[in-house]
Amino acid sequence: MALTSQHSGVPRWVLVPAAAGALFIVLPLVALATRVEWGSFFSLIGSDSSQAALWLSLRTSAASTVLCLLLGVPMALVLARTTFRGQAVLRSIVLLPLVLPPVVGGIALLYTFGRKGLLGETLDVLGWQIAFSTTAVVIAQTFVSLPFMVVSLEGTLRTAGQQYEVVAATLGARPTTVLRRVTLPLVLPGLAAGAVLSFARALGEFGATITFAGSLEGVTRTLPLEIYLQRESDPDAAVALSLLLVVVAVLVIGLVRGGRGAAT
Amino acid sequence: MKWPAAVALLLASLTACGSSSEDAAGDRTLTVFAAASLKDSFSEIAEQFEAENPGVTVRLSFAGSADLVAQVEQGAPADVLATADERTMRGAQDDGLVEVLDSIGSNRLEIATPPGNPAGIRSLADLAGRDVQVVLCAPAVPCGAAAHRVEKIASIDIEPVSEEQSVTDVLSKVAAGEADAGLVYVTDVQTAGDSVDGVPFAESAEVVSTYPIASLSRSDESALAQSFVDFVATGPGQDVLRAAGFGPR
Repeated sequence: MALTSQHSGVPRWVLVPAAAGALFIVLPLVALATRVEWGSFFSLIGSDSSQAALWLSLRTSAASTVLCLLLGVPMALVLARTTFRGQAVLRSIVLLPLVLPPVVGGIALLYTFGRKGLLGETLDVLGWQIAFSTTAVVIAQTFVSLPFMVVSLEGTLRTAGQQYEVVAATLGARPTTVLRRVTLPLVLPGLAAGAVLSFARALGEFGATITFAGSLEGVTRTLPLEIYLQRESDPDAAVALSLLLVVVAVLVIGLVRGGRGAAT
Repeated sequence: MKWPAAVALLLASLTACGSSSEDAAGDRTLTVFAAASLKDSFSEIAEQFEAENPGVTVRLSFAGSADLVAQVEQGAPADVLATADERTMRGAQDDGLVEVLDSIGSNRLEIATPPGNPAGIRSLADLAGRDVQVVLCAPAVPCGAAAHRVEKIASIDIEPVSEEQSVTDVLSKVAAGEADAGLVYVTDVQTAGDSVDGVPFAESAEVVSTYPIASLSRSDESALAQSFVDFVATGPGQDVLRAAGFGPR
């Protein structure tokens, strides 16, 4: 590592705070691992409720990632490729879920999609009950994950520039064709990064889910909720499940870093 | 070389903040960790205790009982611990953290409904109905364990739409009208005021939970801690707890 730094021109002293920063993140994970009862690890994470929670988390995170793609890609395109009044304000609002306390997000969603919420009664009439359903979990996860999709894709779109799109247009390609054949392939790494970040964020979602969706095994109790509940009665199981969540998150993030490295 | 100075300055100012809040003029501070359901009562009791003991400041920290015990086990600086059930207190007892144990009062379950009771809940048996959306505490938390015992006694089977982490979570979902009913403590219904209605039921008399309080053995203010425990367990604190709906200890 030190050898590489000499060549790339990074001052040596930078390595000290960089290492401190890395340690700051790694150390708590190591501490977590030291607390795991390895003898019973697999029985702890293999219990029915743990399996149900993990499976629900993976399913809902996948669903919310799809929603993030459907909603986030158009939003990123509009923010990166057009100019209009109030664009800066809109960008700030889109980023809001990143900084909102998750409980606030949950309360806001409750008063939007809840039984007594802004849209809740209308949806109820249409026979769509969102309160205490898996749909509510997906909505909560999408709400907090969407900014990750928009931010990473908008950044990539701006960096990629527009020259290829302009050329394609002058050659007679229609806007939809340009989008499909030029823009999206060009920003594919950013798109993948955004999708994986969204997935990872959805996997870790806790506050908005517990506030908005409730907690019922197999329906709304995702892995983070299960961990929080297990802490109450079985701390060993909570630690084991925490490690499982960390491992899954590392795998997911590692996947995109690997993919990106190959792409660039 | 500018930024190390800036960092040093920042750290210095942060640590200065930390120490300046400590007792400056020989005043004494008592730190009380109490279950979230005791928030209103203990805030009032602390004020009374401060009034009776000039120079004493009571610092209150409220959280779920299991969280509090975990914090104390990890060395959090507390002098008094009050939990919402005996099981969590037993954890602190087993670790030898607890000095003198006393009880401050009892609590029992009540049905909470949104204002006006739109689903027309009259009894515990109504909660077992198919078309009623009921929210309970999860069996792992004290109020959930109590709910489970009540179900057994009444030999009914409630199928909740959600099993929440705490009484407050149940209460807020009922108050928001998301659920038709929930099982919470009598004191919670009382504290919630107009935001929920309470429906008492007979079976609740058979599942009474006791709230324990204890001074902690490693407290630097053990005499003061003990006098606070007495103040709550047998002294003027009892009036406040009774007014909040707690039953006899």
